[in-house]
Amino acid sequence: MPLDVEARVIQNTRLSPDYNVITLAAPEIAAATKPGQFVMVRPSHGSDPLLRRPFSVFEIIRSGNRVEGLSLLSKRIGVTTRLLFDAVYGDVVSCLGPLGRPFDAVSPPAEAWMVAGGVGLAPFATLTEALKERGTTTTLFYGARTGAELFYLDWFSSMGVRVVLSTEDGSIGERGRITGPLEQALRQASREIMIYACGPEKMLEAVSRVAGAYKTPAQVSVERVMGCGMGGCYSCVIPVRDAGGGHHFVRSCLAGPVFTAADLVWDHD
Amino acid sequence: MDLSVEIGSLRLSNPLIAASGCYGYGVEYADAVDLSTLGAVASKGLFLAPREGHPPPRIVETPSGMLNAIGLQGIGVHRYIAEKLPELRRLGATNIINICGSTLDEYVELARILSDADGVHALELNISCPNIKEGGITFGCSLHGTFDVVSAVKKVTHLPVIPKLTPNVTDVASIAKAAEDAGADGVSLVNTFLAMAIYVETRRPKLSNIVGGLSGPAIRPIAVRMVYECRRAVKIPVIGMGGIANAVDALEFIIAGATAVQVGTANFVDPFVWSKLTAGIEDYMRRHAVRRVADLVGSIDTSTREKEWVSS
Repeated sequence: MPLDVEARVIQNTRLSPDYNVITLAAPEIAAATKPGQFVMVRPSHGSDPLLRRPFSVFEIIRSGNRVEGLSLLSKRIGVTTRLLFDAVYGDVVSCLGPLGRPFDAVSPPAEAWMVAGGVGLAPFATLTEALKERGTTTTLFYGARTGAELFYLDWFSSMGVRVVLSTEDGSIGERGRITGPLEQALRQASREIMIYACGPEKMLEAVSRVAGAYKTPAQVSVERVMGCGMGGCYSCVIPVRDAGGGHHFVRSCLAGPVFTAADLVWDHD
Repeated sequence: MDLSVEIGSLRLSNPLIAASGCYGYGVEYADAVDLSTLGAVASKGLFLAPREGHPPPRIVETPSGMLNAIGLQGIGVHRYIAEKLPELRRLGATNIINICGSTLDEYVELARILSDADGVHALELNISCPNIKEGGITFGCSLHGTFDVVSAVKKVTHLPVIPKLTPNVTDVASIAKAAEDAGADGVSLVNTFLAMAIYVETRRPKLSNIVGGLSGPAIRPIAVRMVYECRRAVKIPVIGMGGIANAVDALEFIIAGATAVQVGTANFVDPFVWSKLTAGIEDYMRRHAVRRVADLVGSIDTSTREKEWVSS
């Protein structure tokens, strides 16, 4: 059952002029969150913004054995993300969750390859912890527009994750999209691999196509315009393949946000 | 304290109804909310057959509100009866089934089918969806259309019949009167206001359907006025809705003349809004020594002007 917590901001770290990591004192939600799940967030009590916005849970914040809260990785693009960027210690943010279908973390001998684009890094910190518990060998393919927008690289390395980077301007890692290095690696891979992807839909589409070409299973976390996160509004639908070759719309808040890549129809609209 | 209200033969334990199209089929919320504590759940609009709905984007936020053009995606009446209704019965929900037709015959057929189903308490006739071309709103925009569809459905069902009215007409009270003349047990209003929004940089509409329905606090004063007008025009109960977000908003509709109220957009923001609404209404009744919420219905005092001109 999802919980609604009026959560205090206990930390807000600006990572760049657009990105921030905001920590919310919502331990009940944090303790129940599985990797890939999301929360619906509202940083105001007026009517702008009126609706909550969905965010992947980025980190579960612990102090010793005690869960203190959760953090969100946010990129400033609209009214909610601007308020989250500007929030200060003690501000209150409504936080509803945990919601949605989580990632299914693989165990050895399978390897995990996480593919992140920009703010799509968000679900991979908790997934990394789950994979580490299982002893799964993990690689992060992480792409951004520019090197200054690649974050938490030291943390992923410290967790034993091999990190492969790309930037669109070539400032760090390979120049271009992250699907380039992913495809090169898949061409040489011989072991059993599970791909996890989160990022812009064009990236998810490309990852799904590459995964399909190399007969590698993939789980992708989608982000659609979402009204409620509870299955009430039917706004966050995404087309899913039918047995008969057609497709039908399912709600990404309930059936997702994590989908088996091969189930999704990318060229629908 | 008595929160119960009556819509024809339908008795609700309290006046709070989850609005159609804003609560899925109800079962989605069963983990979070005890559905038996709601006055009723109005189902997502049902046609005879399943419907795909419009492609996304289906919603966009606007000042103090939102536009939607879902396009009545739905599982159809047969799957609803087989898959959702048994669960809703088990949960003790009071079920108002919202039905949509492309033709008058489809409304009649839906009413027949649902009248035989166990656990259906009333029918809400969707003659007001602004987002689909065929049927629906073409009935709700004319006196004859409203009269014809209500009287045809009344002939085939024992269930209370509540047409849901569109605000996209010149005189909604006359539509309510036509519904009453045709034998409606109540009317519910308002459905959403036809509206649109455009991304200026790209010059593209923000919704795939180009136009959609506006809901949320932005429409509340217009909806209150329309409920007030309908209350004066008809004797049957009026169910009010439009941007209700808290108990004061709900009471405003009730005082304007609503016997019960529906809550939609606010449920998206806060799925736990129901207990807060109930507590707020009870607090008001205590403070004003009102024993039955039904006594507040239409209790607006227009005899004197507000004396306190306090700017808030």
